[in-house]
Amino acid sequence: MHVLVVEDDRETAHFLQKALKESGHAADLAGDGETGQSLAEQGAYDVLIVDRMLPRLDGLSMIRELRNRGVRTPVLILSALGEVDDRVKGLRAGGDDYLTKPYAYSELLARVEALARRAVPEEQETRYVVDGLVLDRLSHRVTRDGEAIQLQPREYRLLEYLMKHAGQVVTRTMLLEHVWDYHFDPQTNVIDVHVSRLRAKIDKNFEKPLLHTVRGAGYTIRDGPA
Amino acid sequence: MMALPDRISRALSTTAFRVAAITVAVYLVFSGTVIGLLLWQSNRVLTEQVLVTLGAEADLLKAEAQSGDRDAIVRAVATRSRAGGPGLYFLADRTGRKLAGNLSRLPPEIAAHPTGGVFRYSADAEDGSGDRLAVAIPVDIGAGAQLIVGRDVDEQRRFAGEMGTMYFLALGILTLGGLLAGFAASRIALKRVETINTAARSIMAGDMSRRIAVSGTGDEYDGLATNLNAMLERIEALMNGLREVSDNIAHDLKTPLTRLRNSAEAALRERGEDAYRDGLEHTIEKADELIKTFNSLLLVAKLEAGALDENAERFAVGHVVSDVAELYEPVAEERGMGLGVAIAADPEIHGNRQLVVQAVANLIENAIKYSGGPVGGGTQIDIGLNDLPEAVEICVADNGPGIAPEDRERVLKRFVRLEKSRTEPGTGLGLSLVQAVARLHGGSVRLEDNQPGLRVVLTLPKRA
Repeated sequence: MHVLVVEDDRETAHFLQKALKESGHAADLAGDGETGQSLAEQGAYDVLIVDRMLPRLDGLSMIRELRNRGVRTPVLILSALGEVDDRVKGLRAGGDDYLTKPYAYSELLARVEALARRAVPEEQETRYVVDGLVLDRLSHRVTRDGEAIQLQPREYRLLEYLMKHAGQVVTRTMLLEHVWDYHFDPQTNVIDVHVSRLRAKIDKNFEKPLLHTVRGAGYTIRDGPA
Repeated sequence: MMALPDRISRALSTTAFRVAAITVAVYLVFSGTVIGLLLWQSNRVLTEQVLVTLGAEADLLKAEAQSGDRDAIVRAVATRSRAGGPGLYFLADRTGRKLAGNLSRLPPEIAAHPTGGVFRYSADAEDGSGDRLAVAIPVDIGAGAQLIVGRDVDEQRRFAGEMGTMYFLALGILTLGGLLAGFAASRIALKRVETINTAARSIMAGDMSRRIAVSGTGDEYDGLATNLNAMLERIEALMNGLREVSDNIAHDLKTPLTRLRNSAEAALRERGEDAYRDGLEHTIEKADELIKTFNSLLLVAKLEAGALDENAERFAVGHVVSDVAELYEPVAEERGMGLGVAIAADPEIHGNRQLVVQAVANLIENAIKYSGGPVGGGTQIDIGLNDLPEAVEICVADNGPGIAPEDRERVLKRFVRLEKSRTEPGTGLGLSLVQAVARLHGGSVRLEDNQPGLRVVLTLPKRA
């Protein structure tokens, strides 16, 4: 995966570049909005990571400009401003996801990988399949090895999101945002409890576990060890 | 104490005095013009009347002249001249020799004008020049004789003149009075403004609790003072909030920061990769807690200082509450608690949905964290909603240990954590946030005895 990091703080930028490289991704750096814009227009990037406060051209204007010029590369906005209205402004400008500073690198990586996944044409996939687990998006039926699994509506949406990002790490915050549309930090292990309920339904009676906990990051559904 | 000339010049430069001065000036110009026109017009009317009278007399004398001999007209003029009163006559023959009359000469202003006019004369002076005002007309009696019939209008004119003087004198007095009244009004206005200025100065000097005195008359200055006081109240509240936040940062964030630093140092002192790893993980964990606390603190401060913005919308609150309850139901069950939701109505309120979600989530999390005993068995949390005419009440009740009445106000404050609850993870900002959300919506939070347990009621008005 090829990532462009548009960030004016050199230390943060280099930290991201190094960390992304360790995760197996290539990252280019731009120190201001204008450089970021021209690089994003020329290069074939999978994801852009854009800081909101940038010299010369601020992050939101840069994204707006790119969108006007037909650049559709997914954008993750980084910002110190973290209120709901700031998030809404960021997404309105054309951003695809919004992460508030300071963030955990695992959270950033999970979101960047989820965005890159979005860039791959996912046009109305009607079913998600992981090993013997099948989620049919048309009939809302879930089966494993042909055996029907009964899920509550919320459990279904939780599984749908996890399977859409199969093979990738999905964080607790991402689940709370996308499955419940909530943007706050719970003080209890509420997401873990929901996931373990789901796990009990899809993994319990089967030999091979599919829903894995990724320590310090979140969860992933995959065929094989986490 | 200001010097007197300074005080006067300040009074003169006030808006009240300027308005008074301008009003007086405009009034002066208009009334002066009106009085002038009036005087001019009345003079004209009087003169015309005199001319009509003179015309009638001239006709009589003309008839006399035509009917009889020359002596008859001379006698008639002489008789009239002697009669006294305002009548003036002058009769001369062709050569200009005076035959009769009480004027000493032919007034040149009249002789040339066949319609008559105004002239000045003197009854005593030989050459006839003087300063008494008269109106006269020439009368054609034929035979080359010259007859002037006139009337002394000096008294009349003098009276009119005196009237004019009186008018203008009255104007002068009115002007003076107007300016004095303006001056007095400006002094009163200055005094009222001065009380505002005095208060403003002591506030600028740092006395934030100072307020502007309200006179109680209910005039516009009272209105201004009341509004300014309300504004000051709000500013003081905001400043206190800001001061509290910086105090909180000093007291409540420094401690965890110190702990974080200590754990990093302790890890450095130990040897071995495992010790380093444990130390770093512990440090990151502590840093994350700090960030959480910091974010909550900023959010509470922002909500307390702000107002509902463009993200406010109308939404069905019953739905939102039962959704949040559904999110926490498995958590409660996992801890052996019952979580019951009894929501019959689904009224709409105007507000920020995400913030209401967070407030309700905080209340449920509090109930889950603090209502269970060590075993947690038999604990029941009940979530309800009262649909009142003007507001909705969201109730989260538990049958746990509850909060003593004397602590109920205190726990709403930032970073206040009761002794029993310190073992649970948390920022000490949960209820502060609930209260901030309630206030932002124009609502309130109250803590009640659930007999046993705690019952928290979040009231949100339907129209914020």
